[in-house]
Amino acid sequence: MTLTEVCQLHQRYVLLKARPQQGDLPAMQPGQFAQLLVENSPATYLRRPISIHDVSADTGEVSFLVQVVGEGTRHLAALSQGDRLNVLLPLGRGFTLPQSPAERILLVGGGVGVAPLLYMGRCMAAMGCRPTFLLGARTGADLLRLDQYSQFGEVYVTTEDGSMGEKGFVTQHSLLSSQRFDRISVCGPKPMMVAVARYAKASATDCEVSLENMMACGLGACLCCVEDTAQQGHVCVCQEGPVFNINELKWQI
Amino acid sequence: MADLRVNIAGLQMKNPVMTASGTFGYGLEYADLVNLEDIGGIIVKGTTLHPRQGNPYPRMAETAMGMLNCVGLQNKGAAYFCEHIYPQIKDIRTNMIVNVSGNTPEDYADCAALIDGLDNIPAIELNISCPNVKHGGMAFGTSCEGAASVVRAVRRAYHKTLIVKLSPNVTSVSDIALAVQDAGADAVSLINTLMGMAIDAERRKRVLSIGTGGLSGPAVKPVALRMVYEVARAVQVPVIGLGGISTATDAVEFLLAGASAIQIGTANFVDPTVTVKVAQGINDYLERHGCASVSEIVGAVDQ
Repeated sequence: MTLTEVCQLHQRYVLLKARPQQGDLPAMQPGQFAQLLVENSPATYLRRPISIHDVSADTGEVSFLVQVVGEGTRHLAALSQGDRLNVLLPLGRGFTLPQSPAERILLVGGGVGVAPLLYMGRCMAAMGCRPTFLLGARTGADLLRLDQYSQFGEVYVTTEDGSMGEKGFVTQHSLLSSQRFDRISVCGPKPMMVAVARYAKASATDCEVSLENMMACGLGACLCCVEDTAQQGHVCVCQEGPVFNINELKWQI
Repeated sequence: MADLRVNIAGLQMKNPVMTASGTFGYGLEYADLVNLEDIGGIIVKGTTLHPRQGNPYPRMAETAMGMLNCVGLQNKGAAYFCEHIYPQIKDIRTNMIVNVSGNTPEDYADCAALIDGLDNIPAIELNISCPNVKHGGMAFGTSCEGAASVVRAVRRAYHKTLIVKLSPNVTSVSDIALAVQDAGADAVSLINTLMGMAIDAERRKRVLSIGTGGLSGPAVKPVALRMVYEVARAVQVPVIGLGGISTATDAVEFLLAGASAIQIGTANFVDPTVTVKVAQGINDYLERHGCASVSEIVGAVDQ
């Protein structure tokens, strides 16, 4: 692919947009991911698994929201428009899309975990659904591209320092005590996903989570990213996930 | 086009490039990304007599130009392989080779005997070098007696090409290679992963669930190359070289060191098409150097 846009959103976040050098983008489900090759990076070796943040059918571009956490993502963030980006996509199994427009879907994201929820919102909107977003971050400055999310549904936010929205964690937001949902789809740090899963279980709400276990291949070959499941034992997050219904997992919730 | 065909103890290969066990699944995982029939041989995931859950997560840590893993031979067992996986891979027109592991020599032999009955599996690779299991694995591969005991037991039960994969975590890999050759191995492959460790300084914890893991990737290549060179000079059986190969130049270096064929492992995770690129690149090298066939460069490094 060729990078069509590289936008530094924040000190630690960069938005990459890319288009295939030839042909069209394959069909992608929200919640699926891509494996991005990090070139000229002697301190790393493997690709970086990154969520599909958004897809534009009009321009034929896919976008990735990359948080700079180490050497690999630092190299990705240093790319420029016009650079080549070697990408394997789409990988894994995404979020469950609603069966009818009447389904009330809550999309919960924390930190860079908000990334796949934008494309989820877009796909739901295309089906005539209007999801509710509940997005959390450390500070208001870490909440990125909120205007994009609000195109597709109501957006509620929490910040740990109270600089935007309600102060605290997403599970403390008043929305959860005032509204009921048919399903909650979550992506974020594991402690946050566990807390949301607990809330979902206690309120008998269907809930799925997107895991980000460390992986090498992304193709189900290396068997590194396994999650222990109730029915099938160790399964590869890259193939059977990254999205799992909480009932499939052996989390203590 | 140079002649890329090689013959490893009766195993006919269209080119000297194989995939290393545990890095290419059963081939099927890569079928959409690369033409499997263009690869000389595919060594499938380590298989044991009984199913194994493997080690808990986390099982990997990236390192400078490489990675550590402690998967621990997760697989559904030999019977499941024969019944469910073999039918899916038996018609792939390349050498589909099964990597076999066990806890005891009898385990290895029983597992090998099951695979012996599969018509379209022309060879097995015996894993006496897995660093990530408590029993068996590397425990056999680090002593001449242990290694020979497994090979002898399997040799009685298995009648096709028997490759034995050696551990680098030993003082003299040539002694082990000689021991398995004398016990009946048709070929040896080396190196398996080097035992290592990763520590998360901020959390003051070891990263991998069992504390240690096997290092692979370009970081291990110089060690592998030296060991292949030594073993190729010590044994009469063919040597299959692996350890950090990710380019055709890397592969040629192993051939020059004395390997008759090579395996590509961790690089499959980075570039799923690396095997066919390396096979093409070996051809380019041979043409550029006026060589008609791969065999002309095997062991051809200046003394």
